[in-house]
Amino acid sequence: MTRRTPASRPDSRRRPVPETLHLSAALESTGWHPASWREPGSRAGELFTARFWADTVAEAERGLFDLVTVEDSFGLQGSGFGPPDDRTDRVAGRLDALLVAARLALVTEAIGLVPTVSTTHTEPFHVSKGLATLDHVSSGRGGWRAQVAARAHEAELFGRRSIPAVTRETLQDPAVVAVVEDLFAEARAVVDTVRALWDSWEDDAVVRDVATGRFVDRTKLHRVAAQTPWFSVLGPSITPRPPQGQPVVTALAHARTAYEFAAASADVVFVTPRDAQDARAVVAEVRAAEAAVGRRGVPLQVHADLVVALAADAAQARNRLDRLDSADGEAFTSDALVVADSPAGLVERLLLWRDAGIEGFRFRPAVNATDLPALVDEVVPLLQSAGAFRRAYTGATLRDHLGLARPANRYATV
Amino acid sequence: MSVPEGKPRKQIVLGAHLPGVNHHTVWQDPAAGSQIDVKSFAHLARTAERGFFDLFFLAEGLRLREHAGQIYENDVVGRPDTFTVLAALAGVTDHLGLAGTVNTTFNEPYELARQFASLDHLSGGRAAWNVVTSFDAFTAANFRRGGYLDRSQRYERAEEVLIAVRALWDSWNSGDVPADSATEQFLARHGVGEFDVRTNQFDVRGRFNVPRPPQGHPLIIQAGVSDQGREFASANADAIFSPFRTLADAVPFYRDVKARAVRHGRLASDIKILPSAGVVLGDSAADAQEKARELTHRQVSPATALALAEQVWNRDLSQLDPEGPLPEFDADTTSPPRWRGRAIHDPDLNAVVARWREVAARGGLNLRETVIEVTARATFVGTPTAVADQLDDFVQHDGSDGFILHPPVVPTGLDEFVDTVVPLLQERGSLRTGYTGTTLRENLGLSPARAAQPA
Repeated sequence: MTRRTPASRPDSRRRPVPETLHLSAALESTGWHPASWREPGSRAGELFTARFWADTVAEAERGLFDLVTVEDSFGLQGSGFGPPDDRTDRVAGRLDALLVAARLALVTEAIGLVPTVSTTHTEPFHVSKGLATLDHVSSGRGGWRAQVAARAHEAELFGRRSIPAVTRETLQDPAVVAVVEDLFAEARAVVDTVRALWDSWEDDAVVRDVATGRFVDRTKLHRVAAQTPWFSVLGPSITPRPPQGQPVVTALAHARTAYEFAAASADVVFVTPRDAQDARAVVAEVRAAEAAVGRRGVPLQVHADLVVALAADAAQARNRLDRLDSADGEAFTSDALVVADSPAGLVERLLLWRDAGIEGFRFRPAVNATDLPALVDEVVPLLQSAGAFRRAYTGATLRDHLGLARPANRYATV
Repeated sequence: MSVPEGKPRKQIVLGAHLPGVNHHTVWQDPAAGSQIDVKSFAHLARTAERGFFDLFFLAEGLRLREHAGQIYENDVVGRPDTFTVLAALAGVTDHLGLAGTVNTTFNEPYELARQFASLDHLSGGRAAWNVVTSFDAFTAANFRRGGYLDRSQRYERAEEVLIAVRALWDSWNSGDVPADSATEQFLARHGVGEFDVRTNQFDVRGRFNVPRPPQGHPLIIQAGVSDQGREFASANADAIFSPFRTLADAVPFYRDVKARAVRHGRLASDIKILPSAGVVLGDSAADAQEKARELTHRQVSPATALALAEQVWNRDLSQLDPEGPLPEFDADTTSPPRWRGRAIHDPDLNAVVARWREVAARGGLNLRETVIEVTARATFVGTPTAVADQLDDFVQHDGSDGFILHPPVVPTGLDEFVDTVVPLLQERGSLRTGYTGTTLRENLGLSPARAAQPA
């Protein structure tokens, strides 16, 4: 697919056929603004119930989104890289994201379900069968946001290894850089191993041959025999190959190490540009990371993260944010750009970023109760009118939605 | 059916186990469906709920079983992840308990506490954990932790995992999340989730990030007939699996475990004793007996009989006639096991050989018939009326508090039982006609989990 840039589109009078965007919602408690739980309709008291999550994801599915991601972390929420703070006026506590995603599998029909699952402190074998099973129970709608857990206090929850405290100030220290790079190298090994386990059953391994009494053809089951500095796994998996062959792997990335992790391991990368020009630069960095790690096959799909606070016009949206900030007592900041705008203003920005090479957007609603319906009821129709988003789900699996082919099995002989 | 004089009628606890990786599952049956497709799980779970069962139960396997150095092909191979399936099933059931076997050797307490607490929240208080320990170096080859814990350390680890997991569940109080925007309090207090657990094998601390589960503590289920196992279960567990198939064997175990529970300061009714059981139904007694005979012969084919015997003798028996006598030689106790990944309950192989010979001699049985006899589960065979009587009798006479049923066919194996036996048990007043509680703990009539200590 060729990218349209202004330079390659000299005749601006001829309307280009717009590329279809991929849209997703990042689900984080009642929304990404720390005061979101205090908003009317936030249902903060139901945050730890299945109904809350089912209703939230139903809203995203109504908007025909490709997928939802479910945030997770081992540690209790706090600020920055540090341990949990002692504020009692913010949301704290969360449910295991893989289980939340699985709980949604039989009460949704089409939307992709992408939990955040750590590559640190976890067992690759468990991660592999958990995500394979998510794909089975959702009939091919499973994905994974692979995430490194680099916080010192999270390591103490497990007690098996210690990780030095990382703060914004020490991020550039060589010792800290080495630890972070080691965690990302481990993450690559974890994803490689998980993917190998997904392939460890060929698609036609189960034969159910009554005549010979064989349930399975063991020549179609394979050891992965992963030996890494961090773990070893023998395989095969206990779980047959997932319906998508490989559930969709995603990663959030802000810098070189993480871009290279995504380039080596993921199908989709979530990035955080500040504007259209930055978006173009980030896409270039992602492509450079692909070259650096020797990625072959389909290029990474680059989706941009945006925190969104919507209102009838930009000024009202800004007022909403100010009101939320004042309720929380701090100005809200995020790794992703915070957009306070009208739906039309947001759509204008999305189309500009698309021209800069961004293929999808992962919206982080500032307040789920307000911004998710606004995205569905106002932003999506505008994008549809611009020919930039689907009008119905046309495929059944998450790979279908994203336009990603089902991968061949590495072990299968042709 | 009769209730012993002076005793109130007990309510039968019923669990359903999805058959999977073992020779009990008759995958060759024309009605047999997928053991992976979520529709199979959903059908069984919904059927169990239609029959007012308490529990749906999933076993665990962490490495494909091997026989003579190769993956064993003749039984069902492959199963999904327990937590993930149970969470999905929470979406299509309303009352059924969701129980998973999860080992303590290849999981960390923080993760286990999070996963079971999350499952309990997502199911509205229906999670149960069958705590197991008996995994070996063969299974360890798939895990980061790798290596091998010897038997005593595995039990120590299991006990310490349970201590740590309970400390984590108790680290939040039930009222810790007022989520009250008027008072600006999402949390009721500072320091929710604080824990600090130092045991021989664990040194973990910090703040747990899942609020207290609806049941306080998800249910704990254990197996074990050894003195150590009984003592541990009667102090800690909400349910224990019993392996006994006759009232004569089952009643002493039942009395012993309940007495131990009382000695630990609990109510006798706070621990449920649940043997696994098979049910074979027929239009007449003779019809049911014929079906049962047919079923066991399908489960234990000649090849399966030899394979199971090889586990005991630990030798290549492929030249043996499975319909002939038992081998006259002893087990090979020096070579590595021919079977890997299949639980060996008694490490003294020649003691097992002696037991099998005794069974064969007593019944005049050939090898295959002996295997059928020794690997059979408690099986209730007869017309629906006769089976309802047998089940009720067993429970009312304190053989158990109920049963975990193992239908041999996926996914329809429970249909007939629910359609025919369940109404008869209800007529007798031995099975509920509606769910009374909202949580599994309430439905089982267990005392509430002990309250978290105020911080």
